[in-house]
Order: sequence, then structure tokens, then C-alpha cells
Amino acid sequence: METQVKHEPVTFGRHPSTYKHWKLAFEGEIARLTMAVDEDAGLRPGYKLKLNSYDLGVDIELADAVQRLRFEHPEVRCVVVTSIQERIFCAGANIFMLGSSGHGFKVNFCKFTNETRISIEDASSGSGQKYLAALNGTCAGGGYELALACDAMVLVDDGNSAVSLPEVPLLGVLPGTGGLTRLVDKRKVRRDLADVFCTLAEGIKGKRAVEWNLVDEVAPRSRFAEVVDRRAKALAAASPARAAKGVALTPIASRREGDAIVWTHVRLDLDRERRVATLTLQGPPADLPADAAAIRALGASWWPMQAFRELDEALLHLRHNEDEIGLVLLRTQGSAEAVLALDATLDALRGDWFVNEVRLLIARVLRRVDLTAKSFFAMIEPGSCFAGTLFELALAADRSYMLDDEERPTAIHLSPLNGGTYPMTHGPSRLEVRFLGEPGRAAALLERPRGYDPGEASEAGLVTIVADAIDWEDEVRVATEERSSLSPDALTGMEASLRFAGTENGDSKIFGRLTAWQNWIFQRPNAVGERGALTLYGKPERPTFDFRRT
Amino acid sequence: MQLFEKIPNNVNLSQDKKLLRALEKWQPNYLKWWSDAGPADYQVDEIYLRTAISVDAKGWAHFDYVKMPDYKWGIFLTPPEHDRRIGFGDFFGNPAWQEVPGEFRNQLRRIIVTQGDTEPASVEQQRLLCDSAPSQYDCRNLFQVNVEEGRHLWAMVYLLHAYFGRDGREEADELLERRSGYTDKPRILSTFNEPIEDWLSFYMFTMFTDRDGKYQLLALAESGFDPLARTTRFMLTEEAHHMFVGETGVGRVIQRACELMKSDKNEDARAQGGIGLDLIQKYVNFWYSSSLDLFGGEISSNAAEYFAAGLKGREHEEKFEDHVALNATYHVPVYEDGRVTDREVPLRNAMNEVLRDAYIDDNQRGVDRWNKIIADQGVNFTVKLPHRRFNRAMGIYRGHHFDPEGNPISKETWERRKYDWLPTESDKTYVKSLMLPVLERGKMAHWIAKPERGIKGQPIDFEYIRRV
Repeated sequence: METQVKHEPVTFGRHPSTYKHWKLAFEGEIARLTMAVDEDAGLRPGYKLKLNSYDLGVDIELADAVQRLRFEHPEVRCVVVTSIQERIFCAGANIFMLGSSGHGFKVNFCKFTNETRISIEDASSGSGQKYLAALNGTCAGGGYELALACDAMVLVDDGNSAVSLPEVPLLGVLPGTGGLTRLVDKRKVRRDLADVFCTLAEGIKGKRAVEWNLVDEVAPRSRFAEVVDRRAKALAAASPARAAKGVALTPIASRREGDAIVWTHVRLDLDRERRVATLTLQGPPADLPADAAAIRALGASWWPMQAFRELDEALLHLRHNEDEIGLVLLRTQGSAEAVLALDATLDALRGDWFVNEVRLLIARVLRRVDLTAKSFFAMIEPGSCFAGTLFELALAADRSYMLDDEERPTAIHLSPLNGGTYPMTHGPSRLEVRFLGEPGRAAALLERPRGYDPGEASEAGLVTIVADAIDWEDEVRVATEERSSLSPDALTGMEASLRFAGTENGDSKIFGRLTAWQNWIFQRPNAVGERGALTLYGKPERPTFDFRRT
Repeated sequence: MQLFEKIPNNVNLSQDKKLLRALEKWQPNYLKWWSDAGPADYQVDEIYLRTAISVDAKGWAHFDYVKMPDYKWGIFLTPPEHDRRIGFGDFFGNPAWQEVPGEFRNQLRRIIVTQGDTEPASVEQQRLLCDSAPSQYDCRNLFQVNVEEGRHLWAMVYLLHAYFGRDGREEADELLERRSGYTDKPRILSTFNEPIEDWLSFYMFTMFTDRDGKYQLLALAESGFDPLARTTRFMLTEEAHHMFVGETGVGRVIQRACELMKSDKNEDARAQGGIGLDLIQKYVNFWYSSSLDLFGGEISSNAAEYFAAGLKGREHEEKFEDHVALNATYHVPVYEDGRVTDREVPLRNAMNEVLRDAYIDDNQRGVDRWNKIIADQGVNFTVKLPHRRFNRAMGIYRGHHFDPEGNPISKETWERRKYDWLPTESDKTYVKSLMLPVLERGKMAHWIAKPERGIKGQPIDFEYIRRV
């Protein structure tokens, strides 16, 4: 059994003025994001963040920077990621931190870092902010995986600096943030060469790193800055210009109310005894503006932006600080018409950079729901507004329950935005995935998007269970209790397998395949047993492996 | 002994055509490196050098005139021991490896490349010294050290070629591509990128930094990988001379300082054109502390892994009782919250510290001999090794400040006082101003005493360098 140590809850709000580990600087259309990890400022005590190694705290700041660059600095077309240390870019995730963390923390750490890496790629494809990794020194493990998430990499060629994925030979685990997948899927490194590379603890440097496509270019120390500069300018030039002025990401505020956490539009009620949380989203007001200038004036307080940032924070809180909560009931409250009006605005103004950013943000938060290892039930009740964008929450849920009561009518609504504005991690829309067995069905439903009463919703296959007023309470109670009684591990595996039906892509391989393998390996004696490689890392003994393969 | 082959060796190189071809391909690049990066002058002159012509007691020290580029660089391993066993670590008692164990291939290669990288580095660092030699005798000693470092590079390159396949050959090529102090391809360890611009620094380097080399070689001479052990054992036979050059070199500067002090009414050696004892002490402080860094971190997981795997042991492993060292601990004084406290560290993690302790004792013996010179001259001064915590840039004391006695001091005190302890720019400029070449047979520069005796029974005014 893991020892249960009570830690301070993890918080996610950050601002560049308080970064401990990164420096953000701007030069016109090029931004410089410099890793300057403070060894002594680990998120939790017990380890030092030597050699620019990172823990969750470092990555939370990185995630903040990536998000901030998109919203606050639309003028930036290329972000150069580099390190302040002379001979080290980054040594990856801090191994002593991993060694001293419980299983759940490790998994959530990997998941969050993965989401951050993918958000970098999302910034490149969705916002036209290209990322260039300027590897000014050795780049190992998670450090190289961060570089792999960038659009291009330049490595200093000083006869010593190498890129490497040493997890297998050194730690008995896997590169946990997409390194394996990105090698073969994104960079198309030949799989036999990738095999050699991933078992070579010291990595590959210089010309061969370029030949194998592990990096895009190498440059001697004396020309490194110049080459990075040239590449950054080229990347910036290839990306379309956007607005000159951004929208400030104001802090997200919440308060405690007993066992509830309350934001402006989101409320999280925790029932720890039953291990159930209720996540309630207050829908948009009816009088939201429909023109770009007015929306820009609202900035971060524009409802869709603020509500989804709050929802994001609630999800992260659930993951990192409420590990025993297994089931989340998703509720919405408000006017479906207001949501549909907002969807019309989001659709009409999609060419506006800010509106586009908000759409991308909503898509990311919805993917965070898909990727959260908790059961989600959507509760479609009177006064709820599961319409269009918010109906995605019901589609993301593992099940949806809809009350059928003539005196208190309920409805769900589709809007054009259910047709692919918010793709899942593996590419398709949630509606497409829902009707994988009926090709064309999603498209047909979206030809004339409309509202559905419980009978129609059930008929159309848009909800799971419809219960009438007599059965409703019992139905919900039994379902909740039953869900909470099942093995959480089995549920995690089951949900992850059922949620992402259809063809895979790179991102989904990282979460669906790599993360699952990584989690399995994190539990195995060869990694974390008494004589496991991760347990003994840095200690005087060498690991002992059980050499039987499954 | 295939001494007259193009590549002298005692490893039956002519029988291994593939290896021979690989090394023959490397050799011209090596010679080019020597001409580009070796001693800046004297390449066509005849130098009275010691050359290894075999590995037995008589053969490893053959003295004769030789042009440096014709020096017999080659491959010499001490003869194999019958049924040698691994002497430490998890494989204690198993037969020593004659081939590289796959599991440790990369670690071994890294160890050999890192060791190999220091050998040409020091030649590069010392490249310009021949232009300011204080005597023929000293200049010859410099060249002796240089050619032997060159051969030690050969020793490591042989291992890379013979046991590490294509990777090994590439690493061997890169050993010739890196250059000391070169921004684009510097030497791996930072000490080996420091310039050596005066002879006092050269003597300090051979006393302190080469002695680190000796202890690294002693640790590798215990390796369970037999070819590495045999190679480094033979290298050690030559290393003693380097330390001799350093210890006697500093000793002679000290002796001269004492003589000049006595001839000055204020006992000021500098006023008489010498190097004062206080300045010598500053050089000791700098080079000794910098060399302590080369042993690596006090608490090191690499050291533990190398020991556990049987790759790198302790010096003279046979003198220890417990060769597995799995349950033992070692005291390491750590600096935390403003004070020094003892910490019990698993012995395997403290192997760098074990080696450093032996190194410190060894240095102290040399310093004692220097102090005897001073005492014999009737001068009241004692040269001291600064505390191991003083002026460290590596390991657990890095980033903190200590005085030469090892007491913690504040950053402000350090900034105010560091030049009481370390050479200033003007100290270095002064020492450099003394570096005028003296190459007339038997003559010495003013700031250094004559050695006690010449090389291999020759007189001091022997023609050690025959200019063409």
C-alpha cells in the first residue's frame, strides 16, 4: 500500500510575475520562453529540481505560459523554448519526485504534462503560434519530449550535448509524455532506429541526430543563437499575422462554501462519504453581445471564456486533490435559448482571432473531461440547458439521465457546433463517435439542428436513460450507488476504452496507449517494487528484474 | 612486442586486420592533431625522452633522443593476470570480463571517453609553454609529459576501437575534434578548458590535476572489464613522473623564493624577482580546489552504479575488507541551514569521496616535503592545503562560501576576501612577466632553483633538447 501523506491541495492559477521556473520575454512577433528551474522551489518537499528537471509546479507554469501566449500575445507568431543553464536544456521529469510520489499523483502528473505538450501543438495548429525548441545543451527524457512537442528543434553541436529518451534503460519505465509516439508518428523516425535510440541512455548527438530526424538542425555554439534566430523568424513568417493586442487572462477566483467550491459560473459540490461530486455549470445570460468589439471589451469575463476556464479548474481540482471522488454528476442550469444564441455568435465570428481562441479553449476543456479518470453522468433535469456547446458535456459523459415529466418539461438541443467544433482527442466530434455504427447519422441530425424532448431524445439515441417522475429519484440513486461500488481501476480502464471509439491519431495514442502502458509499468515490481529500477534510482543498489515477460 | 610496426603494441595488432585498419585510419588524424595542438614549437628537434618499448620492468623506460612526432605512440597493456576475478561490487568473485558486458556497454564507453578526453586536453592547455620554459631540463619534462598524455590518449582510443564498434570509432574521432577552451567543441570537463599560461600553473597542474588523473586511473585499474584495468595499470607507470614534475617544480620555486627572501633586507622574494611564498600559496589554493572538483559529487548515484556494476572501484581495492560495500555507510559532512553536519551516506554513493580522501592524503605528503624545504632554509612559513570545502564549484559545497580553514562565511565576506586567498589578475600578470625562456644548457630562470639531479643520471647541464 502506498503511504498516504496529506499534502496541500494543488492550485493551478499562475501569473508570469510570480513564475518561479520560467521567464517569458517578447521581441515583437517572437517570444522567448526560458526554462530557469529553481532547484529549491519544488511543489512538494523532499527533492531538488536539479538540471532543469521539472515537477508538476514547473509544468503548471508552462501550461499557464502557453495559454497566456495565445490570449494575451496574439502578435506572437513563434515561441522559442530554451534554457537558462549553459550546458543543460532539461533533464526531464524529476526522478526523485516520481520516486516519492504516490501512484495517482504520478499518473495525474503525466496526464497534465501530456495535456500541456498537446496544448503546445494545439497552439501551433489552432492559433498559428509556432514553437521552436532551442536545445542549448543536453536534453533528456521529458526535456526531449517537450522539444518533440515543438514544431522544430535546433540542438547545439558541441560534441557533448545529446537528445535522449533514457527511461527504459535507466529507470525501467517509459517516456511518459508522448516521446515514443511522437518519434514514430510525428517525426516519422524509422522504428528500428527509434528502438536503438530509446534504449541508449546517453542519447544521440550531432550529425546523427539530424540524420535520424531526432532534431531538425544542429549548430555549433558560436552560431547557435544565429541559427535559432533564423529558424524562429522563418517559422514566424510562415504563420499568418493576427491581432496586435491581446486579451488579459484575469485570475480565476473561487471560494469555499462548506464542502463546495464556488466560482462565478461553476459550482462543485463534494459528497466525500458517497464519493460523488456534482459539477454544476450556470449557463450564459441572455444578453450576451454578438459583435466582436463588444466581446473583446468583455475579454476574459465573456461568459464562454470564463465559464470554461472555471470548469477547467474544477476538473483539475477533482483530479489532483479529490482522488477518492469517483463519480461526477454533470449539471447545467439556465436558458437553452441563450446557449443557442451564444453558439450562433461563436459560429458567426469564428474568423475573429479571439472568438477562435475561445472555441479552441472550450474544445480543450471538453477534452479534459474525456481524459479525466472519473465516471461522468450528465443529469438532464428541468431548468438545465444541455444545448449546443453545453450538450457536448452530455455527449462527453459516460451516461446521461433525462427526466420525463410532463409538468416539468426537459429538453436537449443540438446546434451546428456539435458538428466538429470541439473535436475529441482522437479527431472526430463526440456526435460522430456516438454514432460510429451508423455512418451519416451525425451529419443527418445536424442538417436541421433542433430541440428534443425526452421521447425524441431517446428515440434519436441522444441520451442513455429516460425516467419518468415516479422512477427518477430511485433510478438516479441506484445508478449512483452502483457506480460508486465498482472497482475504480476497472472503471478507469473501461471508460477510457469506451470513450474513444474509432480511428486513433497521435494524441489518442499518447493517452490511450502510452498512458495506459505507463500506468501499468508504474505499478509493476520491475519499476516500483522493492528492487525496482525507479525505487533504486540514485541508490547504491542496482535493480533486479523479474525477467518473465507476459 | 611489435615495436617496429607502424603502431607499436603488445596486443598482437598485426593479427587483427580489422582493428589494425581502423587504427591506421585514425593515426594520421592523430598526427595532424599533434601538429596542430601539440607543443607549438620543437617538432623537428631531438628531445631526450623516455619511451616505452615494452611493458616489462626494463622496457617501459627507455631513454634516447627522439623527435616528438616520431615518439612511439602505441598500445601497451600490462600482461594479463591468470584467472583474474572481479574485485568488488555485485559481481565480486566472478571472472573478469574480457569482452564488454552488453548491460554496461554505454556506461563503460562514457567512462573511457571522459578519461580519454582529459589526455589530449592537457596537451592543448600546455601548448604554448615551451616558448617560456625556465630551462632545457624543464622544457624536456614538459615534452615528456605531453608525449605520454598523447600515448594515454592512444590507450583509450585502442579500447574504443577494439571493444565498442562503430560508436567507439566515432567517439575516437571526436576526441580529436574537441579542443581545450574551444567554444564550439570544448573538452568535456571544465577544468580541462582552463588556460595554463605560466609555468607555476603548469607545476600546480601536474602536482594536483594530474594527481586526480592518477586516482581516476587507480580506480579504473580495478575495473572488472579487464582490458580497461590492464590499460590503466600501464598508464599509471608513467603518471608518477608527471607528479614528480609538479611536486619538484613547485618545490624548486619554493626553494628559490626562500633563497631570494634571505637575500632581501625585507625578506621580500618578489623584490628580488622571485615568486613569494604567499603567492605560491594562492596558486596552491586555486589549483588544489579546482582539482578536488574533478572527483565529482560527494554523494553520487553514478559512482554507486559504477561500483555496483564492477566498472570503477576504489584505489587499491585489495586494501579494503568489504568489497561489496552494500550495507556500509560513510560520513559526509554536509552544509545545511548555515552549518556543517555529518550525514551517513550509503558507502557506494560516497565512492567519489573515498577516492578524494585518499587523494587529499597523498597531496599532504607532497606538501610536507615542500615545508621541509622551507624549514631547511630556515624560513618561517608553512604551505597549507586549503580545506576541501574551499572554493568548490562542484558537489555539495558549491554555491556556498568557506574560508581556507573550511569555516562557512557569508557571500559578502567571500567577495571581500577571496583575493586574499586566490591569485588576482595582477598576481597572474606578474607571474607571467617572469616567464622568459631560458634555453641555454644548464641555466635556470631567475625565479626557480636548479633541480637536485638531471634525468636518468645525466648532469643538469646535459643537452636535453638538441635543436636542429
